[in-house]
Amino acid sequence: MNIIAKWYYRLGAPNWFYPLAGKMIPWVAAIFVALLIPGLYMGLVTAPADYQQGESFRIMYVHVPAAWLSMFVYAAMAIAAVVALVWRVRMAEIMIISSAPIGASFAFIALITGSLWGKPMWGAWWVWDARLTSELILFFIYLGIFALYNAIEDKQTAGKAMSILTLVGVINLPIIHYSVVWWNTLHQAATVSKFDTPSIHIDMLIPLLLMAAAFQFLYLLLLLMKMRANLLEQDLASGWVKKIVFERQKNLKK
Amino acid sequence: MRGFFYLIKRDLTLAFRRRGEATNSLVFFGLVVLLFPIGIGASEKLLSEVAPGLIWIAALLATMLSLDNLFKEDFQDGTLEQWALSEHSLVSFAWARLFSHWVITAVPLIIVAPLFAISLSLPAEAIWVLVLSLLLGTPLLIFIGGIGVALTTGLKKSSMLLPLLVLPFYIPVLIFGASAVEVTAGGWSAAGQLYVLGALFVLGIALAPFAVASALKVSVSQ
Repeated sequence: MNIIAKWYYRLGAPNWFYPLAGKMIPWVAAIFVALLIPGLYMGLVTAPADYQQGESFRIMYVHVPAAWLSMFVYAAMAIAAVVALVWRVRMAEIMIISSAPIGASFAFIALITGSLWGKPMWGAWWVWDARLTSELILFFIYLGIFALYNAIEDKQTAGKAMSILTLVGVINLPIIHYSVVWWNTLHQAATVSKFDTPSIHIDMLIPLLLMAAAFQFLYLLLLLMKMRANLLEQDLASGWVKKIVFERQKNLKK
Repeated sequence: MRGFFYLIKRDLTLAFRRRGEATNSLVFFGLVVLLFPIGIGASEKLLSEVAPGLIWIAALLATMLSLDNLFKEDFQDGTLEQWALSEHSLVSFAWARLFSHWVITAVPLIIVAPLFAISLSLPAEAIWVLVLSLLLGTPLLIFIGGIGVALTTGLKKSSMLLPLLVLPFYIPVLIFGASAVEVTAGGWSAAGQLYVLGALFVLGIALAPFAVASALKVSVSQ
């Protein structure tokens, strides 16, 4: 109990989180680069070309991790929303609002790369495929969360409102996804040949997993940086920010 | 519970005495339906093909736009705050308000929808399914939309924010509502779509008031 209470107060304390995040950032960045370089090299160079799609399948190594991350970020936000609403942890709210633009960016990357991939494969930039459509809806939900937070001036209220919306979203997302899948199968014949054949060659799978892990660390890296920035911006007038600024100034003078 | 029925009675009486306001969303619905033949051409074949989706989209937009002032008046004059402080729960407040809003705006819309469906040459047997799907779907639109309204109630400029928050969550209702009508027009049974719509209806009206209530609490506390 004591330990839990200790962490509860620590996680709620920006003056504790800010320097810790600062110390973590270079390590997280190093792991990200260490995963990214072999992942990209294996994916773009050593992985064999697909027998159907040729070289163009290699965009998968950006597209699939981005799509996975766009969903993972939302799941993380939903957990943070529960923490924010139940235990009133302010840091969880900061985490949600810092995650929303990152998640939206991942969704956007997945949509753009999906469309680029679609041109040689389907012969069209955009196909109303079930997964593309639900990815687009997810993108709009991210934008809605972001817009709601920015529209409310009082950030305490904004954080709570945003947490509620995030939770409403997490209940609705599976419903939206399955209704879109259902709509898609009803409306059009399967224009898409099955891409997600479970038997993916091991030489193709390893770079994919490396890239997925790299994207996870990219998310963590961006999240830490964004959380630090958001904390500074919100707490401009508070004591711990003044202390940091004061120390910076002292270092500059030396 | 007494407060619940009292509130419904009060809202309905007020709406009845200001009948002009309630017809606004009806006129909007008619205008949107009118725009489509003008925009995409008046060919009977084309219109009857797109009619299910078209009527559903028009109904969806009319319902969403009618929501804007759902809690605003009560928020501004302090009624909402008194309700939050009182022994009555905000959930029953939300339920009563959403229900009376449905009676005021959606019921007239469902009554006139068949007329517009005929004007778009929708087959007669599909019209019954249209009415049924609207009966199940419009409460859902209002209950889900209520969450968005409750979240934006305290804001000065919220008119563009509400659609952004609410429209993504309307997609399942639109899919099953429109497809029920379309399938019937094509000569098939729409039982599956209506069952799913019914399930969403139960889920929506059971859970949404809780989200509305907690959102209202947040809005009141600012």
